[in-house]
This record gives sequence, C-alpha cells and structure tokens, in this order.
Amino acid sequence: MSDEVLTAPLVLEYPFTRTTGAIIGAFLTGLKQATMIGVRRSDGSVLCPPLEYDPADASDLDELVEVGQTGTVTTWTWNGAPRPQQPFDQDFAWAMIKLDGADTPMLHAVLVDGAADMSTGMRVQIKWRDDREGHIADIAGFVPVDGTVAVSWVSSEPVESVQSVRTPIRIEYTYTPGSSLSQYLRAMQDKTILGDRCPDTGQVFVPPRGVSPVAGKRTTEMVELPDVGYIESFNITRVPIKMRPDLTPPYCSAWVVLDGASVGFMGLVINVAPEAVRIGMRVRAVWKPDDELEMSATNILGWEPTGEDDVEIADYARIGRVDGGSR
Amino acid sequence: MRDVAVVSVAQRQQATIAGESEVEFMIPVMQQAKEAVGLTQQDIGFTCSGSSDFLAGQAFSFVMTIDGTGPVPPISESHVEQDGAWALYEAWVKLQCGDIDTAFVYSYGKSSPGSLRDVLATQMDPYYVAPLWPDAFAIEALAARQMIESGVVTERQLAEIAHRSRMHAASNHHAVRRREKSVDEIMAEEVVMDPLRRSDLPASADGGCAVVLAAGDVARRLCERPAWIRGIDHRSDAHTLGVRDLTASMSAELAGQHAGVSRDKIDLAELHAPFTTSEHILTNALGLSDETVINPSGGALAAHTMMASGLIRIAEAARRITAGEGDRAVAHASSGPCLQQNLVCVLEGD
Repeated sequence: MSDEVLTAPLVLEYPFTRTTGAIIGAFLTGLKQATMIGVRRSDGSVLCPPLEYDPADASDLDELVEVGQTGTVTTWTWNGAPRPQQPFDQDFAWAMIKLDGADTPMLHAVLVDGAADMSTGMRVQIKWRDDREGHIADIAGFVPVDGTVAVSWVSSEPVESVQSVRTPIRIEYTYTPGSSLSQYLRAMQDKTILGDRCPDTGQVFVPPRGVSPVAGKRTTEMVELPDVGYIESFNITRVPIKMRPDLTPPYCSAWVVLDGASVGFMGLVINVAPEAVRIGMRVRAVWKPDDELEMSATNILGWEPTGEDDVEIADYARIGRVDGGSR
Repeated sequence: MRDVAVVSVAQRQQATIAGESEVEFMIPVMQQAKEAVGLTQQDIGFTCSGSSDFLAGQAFSFVMTIDGTGPVPPISESHVEQDGAWALYEAWVKLQCGDIDTAFVYSYGKSSPGSLRDVLATQMDPYYVAPLWPDAFAIEALAARQMIESGVVTERQLAEIAHRSRMHAASNHHAVRRREKSVDEIMAEEVVMDPLRRSDLPASADGGCAVVLAAGDVARRLCERPAWIRGIDHRSDAHTLGVRDLTASMSAELAGQHAGVSRDKIDLAELHAPFTTSEHILTNALGLSDETVINPSGGALAAHTMMASGLIRIAEAARRITAGEGDRAVAHASSGPCLQQNLVCVLEGD
C-alpha cells in the first residue's frame, strides 16, 4: 500500500450578503450616484469611508458630508498582475488616498502602467464604473490628474438606497487529509475499512485519525475491519436537506459499530423500512459496483440488515461513549 | 497576583508539513511539553488552544486536535481563534483564579494548503477593504513606504534587521530561513512588494507550539528555573487602517507599559515581527535599547507559523530564562494587519 499522502482541490465559498446599516449604506448609495460621502467625527475632522462610530472614542457619528473625487496619494505599493478575486483588470498600484475634504485616507487602486508612474503626494481622481450597484468596486480605480482639477460632479437621478451588499468569499486550497486518513481512503478503493489501534488500551477507532483520544498518543497500528456490525443508535429524517437532493425522506441514519471497533461511525440504513430499524440490529455494508469505486467513503452506499439475531445491548447508558479503556 | 511561570515548552516548525494532519503533527509536540515535566493530561487543571480553520480549510480542526491531548475522561478546556499567546493569556487568567495549579496551552497553524496572502485578506474590513482582496504583503508595504519616506527608518536599517534575523536563525533548527546574508546582499535583493525585499518578508511555516504553565510551589517543583510571568497585557488598535498611524504602534506601547517592560533591564526580547518594519516599530514602542538581544531565535522573519508564532516567542524567551541565558525577557505576540493587536509578556528567572 502506498504511504504517499493524498491531496485534493478544496474550495470554500461564503456567499455573504451583508446588511449595511445607515452610514455604510449612505456611502454605498453615494457610490451608485458617483458621489463620495464621509462622516464628521467628534473632533470636526471628516472620516471617509464613513463608520457609524468614531474609532477614537466610540461616539455615534451621523453627520454625513460630501467629499471630493480628487485626492492625494499618502503611500503606495505596486501590485503587478491582479489575482483572480481582485476587481481590477490591469496591473495597478495599491494606494492610500486622502480625498479632498476628507482627513483620513482610504485604500484603493491607482491605474497606471508601472511603478515608475507612482509617487507619494501625487494627485489622483476617481474613475467610475458605468454599471454601479453600491459596492466599493463601483470605483474602477483612481487615475493621475494634474494639479487641482475642478471636479465636474456626476449629477444623477435619485437611486434606491443601498441596504445590503454582496461580499462573496472564495478560497482555494490543496487539501491534504494527513497520513492516517490517506491510508483509510486508499483502502476504501479496495472495499476495505481501516481503523487504528490505541497503543495503550488496544481500542480500535474508525475512521482512523492517527490519534487515540483515550491515550493522547499517535496510533501506530492499522487494523482491517469487517464490513459488518450493529446499529448502536439511529434516527429517521423526515424533511429534505438542500445539500443532499439524492436523499428522499423518510430515511434512516445510524451509528454503526463494526465488529472489532470500539466506536461507531455514521451511515445510512438502506433496503429496509426506516420504521423497522432497531438498536442492536446487525447490518452489512452495501458497496458501489466495483467499476465505480473511488478513494472515498461514498463507496459505501449504506448498510442493510444481515438477518442475524440482534446484538443484546446490556447498558443503554453507555451508547455513544468511549470509556477510558483498561490502562 | 499569583506567581505563574512557564515551566515547559516544545515546538515544531518547517516550511511545509504535507504528510501529516494538524493533530498528527501536534501530538509529539504536546507530549514533549508535558512529559518534560512529568505531567499527564489528567494532571493538568485547564487546557487552552489557539488556531484558525481558515488556514488549512479544515472545518473544526481544533476539535480534532483536542483528541491529541487525550481528553478522556473529559477535560476542562477552551479555544481561541487567535495566536496561542492569547490562549496563554486566558490560561494565565484562569490560574489567577486560584482553583488550579497547572495549565496546558498549545496552538498550531498549517497555512501551506491555501494561499495565505489571500486568506488574510478576509480579516480586513468586510465592506470597504476585503472586497478589493488586498494581500497581507501589500498592506505591510503601504506602511513600510510611509516609514521610509517619513524618515522613521531607512532601507539599510531594515536590511540590518533582516541580516541579524538570518544570523541568529542559523543556529535555530526550528527556523526555516537560516542562510546568512550580509546587509549589502540584502540591499541588492529584488523588491518583492515595493519597497519590501524578500528578506523583509516572513518565511512562512507550518507547525505548532505547546507550553505548560504552573503556579507557585508547583512551578518550583516541576522546573529548576521557572520563567515567571511578571507582567502580561494585550491591547488593540482600531480596525480601520485610515485612522491609524501605521509607522508606530500605540497598542504595543500601552501593552508594554502595563506589562512593566521598563521597570528593569531587559536581557533579551522575542518579538512577533513578521516584517522587518514591524520589528523596528516594536523595538521603538517597547523602548528596547542596545542592551537587549532582539530575537535570538531569528524571530518570525525566520519562521512564521500563523497562530503559533506569538506563543513560540513566549516559548523561546522562557526557554532561555530557564537555561540561564538571561534573567529578564520580553515576549511579544501580534495579530491582525500592521500589528493591529499586541500582547506583551515580561518573563523573569529567580
């Protein structure tokens, strides 16, 4: 068996839509109208982009003021090729830009050809996107401008005020399950279920995670387990789950203890009416056809009754527990 | 205040730990720290850990890692989504309550499965900044340019910091970036994130750290020379970058004052400074002088393990106190963009 650790692409996505509140909402509504909004702080200075509170003393802020669309670069760095999620379609500089009429700088992009075109103190002006929705990327970026340009405000029709904003997150990983789960997944392809043994107590855990929680030690021995066991506990689901359209309620999920294992693991009970499922019922794995086997726990389609006599449960209070073993 | 000390430490850091899951690689680290003082998990009063599921994309990884402590029968434990230095702070507070005498702290990070620069963009302001996906290096570079152009630091001074980190790291087998480079060689490096050069940026690592804390006579029994925590404090600056002075750190300065850094001479300081610029800011904020050896381990520049680098600073400083390499040390941990949050801990030997 190969010891090489498995890897697989993993993508986490969070399709967040955030509510804005009145102050951030006013700023984002301003973006839709191609205007820039700040808020006056307790000391009279203007914070842009605005917050509902003063970061210095936490006092409520509510006096919105319009600020300019030109400003001064206070610091910058060169980004080079934009990464996939950065909303810019050309090389650009990151810059902190203090807008005329504001007292704090904001982060955005300056759209120039190269770092040689950037300098602290340079004057820049907003370049708006044509299709604006009330999002920080409604600003396509800033472009250099000579001196102090009289801004020609884009006077726009009233727009619907922004109350929420899309802020999706997508992060890509090359996931590795570690050494023990890699062996477990490889064995699955051969319809073999692996567990690992506690070096102190001899208890067998499945799936194997390379650790005995009883001893707090690395496990060193892998154990092949039979694909038969008994149901230690179960439930019947009667409402559909969005992420599992393949499951038609009612269906039964069970905690199956394999012969030789010290803990149960989760599976579906199939080929029997859910109402007929009992604690103590003997079950056997139903595997996918051989030509569909993968390195995946999904190879087990479910667990069906063997027809053997039930296992007698002597102590129901112990169900689901892992004891300290016989150390 | 109750006397509480670091009595045992262990760590592991390397560029990538591909072959092992978090719990698999943390078990030997956790065992080493406990076995060195002859404690089992069941002897320990409270356990606190620090980690973030976003790094490896492993949901509830901290729950799996608890298995590595040996939590049967159930233990008293807690977790922070923060560097382990903040887990240590929680454990220290718990020890101050007086009902337990020992605590176990660990933290770990495995950033290699993801793109850390992008993952860290998600910690920024979710309305105005995160949707632009600025990466962590870019944000630091904005601060670095301000520092250089305003005369707070010169590029050569930054290269000197990088040079010293590499020199110290050469004798630290836990460090990832250990090749010595002269100041001139560093000055000749290409700029990665203008104005930051390769040696100004942290060498990313996977790994973790474990620490045993003990109070009073128990600490004296477990360790010949405990590293007593004589002061510990943490502070946070504003989240909004635009309202902060990025060339200094008010929160580090305050935390240092409250931890009592300036009360006496500091022999050595382990500063959680992922960038050369952050080390310069912290040295100023904590008022450290030339008498203090800064980052004898090479610091976070030489090996930056997200969620563990701060706890490792405490472990490195404590290890040196216990070994008699110094009598009074500062250990510092930071979190967030441009040193937004800072924890300062003063350690002393008897």
